[in-house]
Amino acid sequence: MRIQADRDVCIGAGNCVLAAEDVFDQDDDALVEVLQEHPSAEQESEVRNAVAQCPSGALALVEE
Amino acid sequence: MTTTIPRHMQRDRFAPVPETQAARDDEGFPTIRTAFGTTARLVTRYADVREVLGDAERFSNTGMPRIPTPDGEDPRAGNLLANDPPEHTRLRRLLTGEFTVKRIRRLEPRITEIVDEHLDAMAAAGPPADLVSAFALPVPSLVICELLGVPYADRHEFQDRATRQIDLNRSLEERGQVAAESRAYMGELVDRAFAAPGDDMLGMLVREHGDDLTRAELVGIASLLLIAGHETTANMLGLGTLALLRAPDQLARVRDEPGAVAPAIEELLRFLSVVHSGIPRTARADTTVGGTPVAAGDLLVLSLPSANRDPAAVERPDDLDVTRAIAPHVAFGHGVHHCLGAPLARAEMAVAFPALLRRFPDLALGIPFEDVEFRSATVVHGLRALPVTW
Repeated sequence: MRIQADRDVCIGAGNCVLAAEDVFDQDDDALVEVLQEHPSAEQESEVRNAVAQCPSGALALVEE
Repeated sequence: MTTTIPRHMQRDRFAPVPETQAARDDEGFPTIRTAFGTTARLVTRYADVREVLGDAERFSNTGMPRIPTPDGEDPRAGNLLANDPPEHTRLRRLLTGEFTVKRIRRLEPRITEIVDEHLDAMAAAGPPADLVSAFALPVPSLVICELLGVPYADRHEFQDRATRQIDLNRSLEERGQVAAESRAYMGELVDRAFAAPGDDMLGMLVREHGDDLTRAELVGIASLLLIAGHETTANMLGLGTLALLRAPDQLARVRDEPGAVAPAIEELLRFLSVVHSGIPRTARADTTVGGTPVAAGDLLVLSLPSANRDPAAVERPDDLDVTRAIAPHVAFGHGVHHCLGAPLARAEMAVAFPALLRRFPDLALGIPFEDVEFRSATVVHGLRALPVTW
């Protein structure tokens, strides 16, 4: 599983950081930064939450 | 003057009225009268509300009738809620850096001090107290004042104006007049910031973006942040405390289990859905939403409280259950206009609820539940007062 983040679409709401702090961060302008492009199996459920809670549709999961 | 409260804003205490809840099961989108006296189509299902909010290309944010403005200013200038991309994107990006999760965490010690000072004052004065005026309103007011650079000493003035501005029992003319007074007040603060920019958000905006923003835009941004920063969290704290007092087991979890606080806040956001004025969106072209045809120019009004109680999205939606796995909700909206201040609101609640409940473990309602006065004829649902004892 790979995380795709579109920083042009991101609105900096920060929901992903609250949902999965080890996987997502925000830069100084609040835009998403992916810390772990390939999250571990243990992180999968919180990552799915983060993607579901992203208000702008900037996040996607690619199954590999 | 008394206007009829639009149906979608009528509440049965915490819940939307049954008529609004029932609309989720009907086909299509029923026609309603808005607070402006015009008609619109009401969207009540979770999936439909998300679809409309999530698509700023098909649905515009600029179609709501304007409140008349005696000062001749465009009330939309700088108002993030009344602009579409790319204008909205430009304005929002100036502000998002101030509301990152990390930046807000740095405010937590100060939020804690403010919360503790107000709890100290309540304890010193002794029971009974009105929790709204002693705690729920002043805490977020002081936080947003410090963050923005608005003198807290002016709070009675601007709180009174905010209350009148969002009160649908007042005429559009009166609300327009109050909005103009608010702009005049904020205009003075903006001018002061231009003369001597401080370390607060107004100072930052003037210093870093003073050349990119018109004065009217700066006034609009600051006015929106001030009103959105205190009315929303204040009502979440008041209503949320009342909801928890009605569910003592859940209250005990929020008080005693640090890990229970964050999920409890999401559940209270969902259950209370304080922003209930109906989010307006206008279709730019003929389209469908969840199978329902929508014509170009149709004004849709989205009910966040109804969407958040849609059984298709959450089990037992009318039960407050702080132990549930985080239920998806649209209390902060969805799409590009998702609440900018959400991290701040969450941080304030995460400090305030447990601190209040730990300071007063015997907190109790001071009057019968039936006598608690709700205040639903406003853009933000809330309580007029919350008498408590301990």
